[in-house]
Amino acid sequence: MKRFDILGLAVAAAFCVGAAHAEDLTGTLKSIKDSGSITLGYRESSIPFSYLDDNQKPVGFAMDLCYKIVDAVKKELKLDKLDVKLEPVTSSNRIPLLANGTVDLECGSTTNNAERQKQIAFTNTHFLTASRYVFKKASGIKSIADLKGKSVVSTAGTTNIKQLTEANAARGLGANIIPAKDHAEAFLMVETDRAVAFVMDDILLASLVAGSKDPSIYAISTDAFSTPEPYGIMLRKDDPAFKKVVDAATAAVYTSGEGQKLYDKWFMSKIPPKGLNLNTPISPELKAEFAKPSDSPDPASYKAM
Amino acid sequence: MFANFDFDVIRRALPYLFLDGMTFTLTLTALSAVGGITLGTLIALMRLSGFRLLGRIAGLYVDFIRSLPLVLVIFWFYFLVPYIGQWLTGSPRPIKVGAFASSLITFIMFEAAYFSEIMRAGIQSISRGQPAAAQALGLTYSQTMRYVVLPQAFRNMLPVLLTQTIVLFQDTSLVYVVSIPDFLGAASIVGQRDGRLVEMYLFAALVYFVISCVASFGVRRLQTRIAIVR
Amino acid sequence: MNYHWNWHIFFEPNPTGAGTYLDMLLSGLWLTIATSLCAWIIALITGSMIGVMRTLPSKPANLIGFAYVEFFRNMPLLVQIFLWFFVLPELLPNAWGLWLKQLPHAPFYTAAIGIGLFMSARVAEQLRAGITSLPRGQKQAATALGLTTTQSYIYVLLPIAYRIILPPLTSEFLNTIKNTAVAITIGLLELTGQARSMQEFSFQVFEAFTAATVMYLAINIVVVVAMRLIERRVAIPGYISGK
Repeated sequence: MKRFDILGLAVAAAFCVGAAHAEDLTGTLKSIKDSGSITLGYRESSIPFSYLDDNQKPVGFAMDLCYKIVDAVKKELKLDKLDVKLEPVTSSNRIPLLANGTVDLECGSTTNNAERQKQIAFTNTHFLTASRYVFKKASGIKSIADLKGKSVVSTAGTTNIKQLTEANAARGLGANIIPAKDHAEAFLMVETDRAVAFVMDDILLASLVAGSKDPSIYAISTDAFSTPEPYGIMLRKDDPAFKKVVDAATAAVYTSGEGQKLYDKWFMSKIPPKGLNLNTPISPELKAEFAKPSDSPDPASYKAM
Repeated sequence: MFANFDFDVIRRALPYLFLDGMTFTLTLTALSAVGGITLGTLIALMRLSGFRLLGRIAGLYVDFIRSLPLVLVIFWFYFLVPYIGQWLTGSPRPIKVGAFASSLITFIMFEAAYFSEIMRAGIQSISRGQPAAAQALGLTYSQTMRYVVLPQAFRNMLPVLLTQTIVLFQDTSLVYVVSIPDFLGAASIVGQRDGRLVEMYLFAALVYFVISCVASFGVRRLQTRIAIVR
Repeated sequence: MNYHWNWHIFFEPNPTGAGTYLDMLLSGLWLTIATSLCAWIIALITGSMIGVMRTLPSKPANLIGFAYVEFFRNMPLLVQIFLWFFVLPELLPNAWGLWLKQLPHAPFYTAAIGIGLFMSARVAEQLRAGITSLPRGQKQAATALGLTTTQSYIYVLLPIAYRIILPPLTSEFLNTIKNTAVAITIGLLELTGQARSMQEFSFQVFEAFTAATVMYLAINIVVVVAMRLIERRVAIPGYISGK
């Protein structure tokens, strides 16, 4: 009996401590308040999610969403001024840089999956896209099997290069996989015939093709390496207070119709630097997700209404 | 072969290349050189001090760093520095370190190993009679080093230190691997965006070449002048 | 430290379907060794030619040697690799460029040649220093014996010069090994590249880089010990390295 008493006391004490400190800030929110600044990680060429415009300023759909989150954080912490610092990240270093505190939010095109959720957390999904490949029409490629023995490029550190590596082993393709630093570099390898195909999320491929010198010579495959997977803005794991603020902020944006407006701004109208219009209407699945925001890593959970 | 060259791409990118990229590269080079030489001198003094253990630790550090590729060290530090900061300050979370601070720490720690070898040779080049004389005059160890040995060692080693700084200037281009926009990074961002890698890389090569050439010519002039003075 | 260590990761299967993460790193290690050996052979051959040219009594040969060394010394290695990999194929006639770009192991060849030529400038400088450090009597004696310039280089000057510069050449070889890591930027999956991929796939950053660090240290120790043995075997009594 006595032992239980002590245990009960300990639990009660723990609860008291918990309650007493509930008002205190912890984790990322505390460090943002202490430093008066928040750091956003951006990408060089994840068009139109996060990329550099003509003045080398990071812009894009995910950047806009991040600025909305910044506003919400500012309001939550009741700060008059909140400095926004920007740090470049690549697919390869975004997760370690987020984990080690270099960036607080990663605003880009990161696929949300269960494996990554063991390392970091995602807020509500902002896009759904499948892994496909782009190639020059002249190369005569018709399916994944035609990549056999060819040089295929993908961006280092993405789910795409992992899927490609696994498919390469499983289907015995024997393709020579080249890892590139970022999407623009990878696309350039196809443009200059160094690789026959570039495996990436189809929306990024479409943007790269649209922005290329001669879009008519490229084609994007119909066969995919994956079903449409969710993109999410990343934040550190085990930081429930911060995640709550971020989730609430993104949910408010999506459900209020502001999400649709931002979507149209980046996918349905002209975007910098070249005044390109991607003309990609919102998919029914994403529309459903905007109505009912979710941070699920499971592609099957995203269904049109 | 220069027929479809687009020199206009370079002209339009000039402000970004130099105001952002080159400023980053030069600031990083200058601060790393100052920091690296300071830390390198300390390491050299540790190695030459009478304390066996201190010397061994310094020696191990130098050998360790010198057997690793800079690219690997850059990766290490970019990911590790925030945790080291957390450990040093005892804070509950990793300390936020920006791209510039992180690369600066990396280059100071890395180049210190190389600078320390130069300084060691410089200190050893001072004839033994000098510190002995200083001690006979009643100067303490630190006074001997500060007023007698180090000023001469620096002067003897100045050309080599400067040559190593030129190497450092070239080495800073490797921050490309962590996507920090230095001069080369800026050139590659513009080149990839406009599909003009050929022009941008050739231009970057030319700029690095001219700066390094002028700098090493200057070092050579300095070397002959110092040689005459002696 | 809120980092989850997992040292067992090395024995877990990697996503390429060919063995464990350790196998991945080992394949990187072999590629590092292969690339550095090829680069070193190129550096030794071209570096020797340029180094000899710089000591010849001919003005044009001297000038060419000087220009060569300055060209390769005054540009960052990364920029040189980019010039070979991205720029050169575009400047060649179309068909040649295409052939070059579609070579099956383009990053490997580019790295070996690019790093080889970069290091050759440094080998040339070392060799020149070695030859000029020889007493002038050696060359004169060779000439007096009726040897031609070529013969005096092959039979008298170079054999001694190479032995004298063996220690600096060892450190240049170590530099070559370290420099192969720069080829990560053109997609060569050498040791640092494989460590980075392992980090991307497994998220175990520090384990991956620790293993790579240990492997680089091991290569260094092996090279240093081997070179010390060679130095002792070929040492000339009376010279510094001869003791």
